[in-house]
Amino acid sequence: MRFALTEDQVEFRAVVRGLLADTCGPDELRAAWPDAETAGGGPGGGNGRVPGAWSALAEMGVLGIMVPEAQGGLAMTEEDLVPLLLEAGWAGLPDPLAATAGVAVTLLRHASSSEPRADELLAQIAAGEISLGCVFSNPAQSESMRPASVVAVSNFIPAATSLDQILLCLEDSVHLVDPASLQLERVQSVDGARDLFHFVVPVEMGESTALLTGAAAQAATLAAFDFAALGAAAELIGLSRRMLEMTILYATERKQFGVQIGSFQAVKHHLTNASLAVEFAEPLVLRAANSLALGNPQASLHVSMAKAKASAAAKGAAAASLQVHGAIGYTVEYDLHLYMKRSWALAGEFGDVEFHRRRVSAELLAK
Amino acid sequence: MDLTWSESEEAFRTEARSWLESNVPTPALPSGDTKEGFALHLDWEYRLAADQWSVVSWPKAFGGRDASLWEWLIFEEEYYRVGGPQRVTQNGIFLLAPTIFEFGTAAQQDYYLPRMSSAVDLWCQGWSEPNAGSDLAGVRSKATRDEAAGGWRLSGQKTWTTRGAFCNYLFGLFRTDPESERHKGMTYFMVPLEGDGVTVRGFGRLDGDEGFAEVFFDDLFIPDDDGTAETMVRGGILGEVNQGWGVAMATTSSERGLTLRSPGRFQATATRLVDLARERVGDGLSQQMADAVADAWIDAEAYSLFTLSDVTGVVEGVSMGARSSYNKIFWSELDVRLHEVALDLLGAEAELDGPWMKGYQFALSGPIYAGTNEIQRNIVAERVLGLPRK
Repeated sequence: MRFALTEDQVEFRAVVRGLLADTCGPDELRAAWPDAETAGGGPGGGNGRVPGAWSALAEMGVLGIMVPEAQGGLAMTEEDLVPLLLEAGWAGLPDPLAATAGVAVTLLRHASSSEPRADELLAQIAAGEISLGCVFSNPAQSESMRPASVVAVSNFIPAATSLDQILLCLEDSVHLVDPASLQLERVQSVDGARDLFHFVVPVEMGESTALLTGAAAQAATLAAFDFAALGAAAELIGLSRRMLEMTILYATERKQFGVQIGSFQAVKHHLTNASLAVEFAEPLVLRAANSLALGNPQASLHVSMAKAKASAAAKGAAAASLQVHGAIGYTVEYDLHLYMKRSWALAGEFGDVEFHRRRVSAELLAK
Repeated sequence: MDLTWSESEEAFRTEARSWLESNVPTPALPSGDTKEGFALHLDWEYRLAADQWSVVSWPKAFGGRDASLWEWLIFEEEYYRVGGPQRVTQNGIFLLAPTIFEFGTAAQQDYYLPRMSSAVDLWCQGWSEPNAGSDLAGVRSKATRDEAAGGWRLSGQKTWTTRGAFCNYLFGLFRTDPESERHKGMTYFMVPLEGDGVTVRGFGRLDGDEGFAEVFFDDLFIPDDDGTAETMVRGGILGEVNQGWGVAMATTSSERGLTLRSPGRFQATATRLVDLARERVGDGLSQQMADAVADAWIDAEAYSLFTLSDVTGVVEGVSMGARSSYNKIFWSELDVRLHEVALDLLGAEAELDGPWMKGYQFALSGPIYAGTNEIQRNIVAERVLGLPRK
């Protein structure tokens, strides 16, 4: 028994943290927003990407961390990638790191034996050449799906115009589609850095785009969805830590009534409550990563426990951070909103608290 | 990350499970916080001690099994899984013993520890006083030096002493420097509760059991400990005179941390909650209630994982420090929530004085004792998050 990251994992994580601190600060985040005004500054015209951070991550091999050696990857596991996603969350990185390095790789590894296109894409990911998006969509929502295989579907995709390919997971098929072939409609996310698009899935998808079908597609979709939910959970924990760090610093500097506001018991208790939820959600996230890496049959359950608690923790951290900041936090010129809005967006992405709690209760109460 | 148990740990689990399954009394014993129940629990403690299961993590010489922290967690998991009785010896074995291990002389360890593990001596704690609750540094009970007689004379009052009416020893802080204030000038005493100069009055807790006591000291004489059983049976001092605060803090951090509340206990309650909900699945269990059950169950799992991470740290030499306050807030509020959800499931039946209502009332003491959760939140805010004290 040893419930902690390995020395190598701790080291890799620290390197990525440093890299993101250098390349993905608040200025770079604002530049990813399409609209400078709602971003509270920046040049405007962003497309949901931070190119400097992305190319540095690609160069370091982070994108290919879970790609098999045969395709030039590092052949590591979810347990190695998830700690890096905690850091991506901390930095507020909007780029499709979890989607490319985790979700897409999971899908493509499932297709690897039967599909030469999958191997090609895996090699391109490992080489840091492409970025992918993954959507779980379902034109005809089936109610007959067993609870364990349920995935939360939506037709939204962030930074769609910047992506090389989109992996579309339908009820029993997985398709590889060119973003240009989809009818994309830009919508306004609360978090401009996500540069969100909506699209309608054609009820009949052609065979030419299918990577996986039938039972193989279902298994791959479930595994990919679990990673997507876990990736969001990890980012939410990182975001929560970032917001709380900012808030603690602010509460230590800001004075009212002649004293630091962080000395007030009401403020202390707000922040302790928020931090408590984060501290007890993170172990659930790390355990779920271990379960996915080992193919534990309870991995889906563990993912749902993690996402339910990480979403709730992040919403709590955002609320406490805003309240303690007071009016300064209520402006777009201050940085807090960049991280808070991402938390709101990711809290509901790939299943919100209620969805994942329900996946857990269905499993627990099944006769 | 390695979330599996080794072969020897699995063997330890099997041995513990099979002993517990054939020895844990059924039906469950009545509350150990009543006179009759306490006697039955004492019999159980003797049985545990006879087969070296009363203090598994202690050295063999003192009645333990030299079990690792991991094995201790496994034992606790198995203990609560089969519904083992409450440990009426817990204040001694979990709170005083760590202090004796850290501050006791070799003679004190040899004398007190085996008597504690075999339930010959039964210890209660004497921290709180009528005017020193959360503010423990307000202790006024005092010990006055009697050079002529060679010892200390204790006077004052302790209160909220759990199972004080059934124990024969108390440990706690007494002011030994009359000029001192707050955290200074206190000494950590071990005090017999029998004989002249001590009066113990039991009184009912919220749940009606006579679990509380107030203890009055009126010139109780404690001779200097000369390393012999004749003096140690009459009590003594742990650590240095006037250094009691530091000695006591070692104990309170055990109380807040993992030694008193191992995760197995809450996972067992969570499992019983899930069982209760399953019985109601065909009977109109609402989605809202199912969600509440799942949420509380997830928290019990989270507590277990948090503990595994802490124990990994302890094993590798990282001190928990003030993080133990996170622990105390979480388990105590989790325990309340598990019972609240169960009572909601029971509906009109909840009012009956059954195990869930009894457990609920007991759980409600968690956020109060061992330092109220308001105090714990201040500790986390100041010592973990780094917010200013004033």
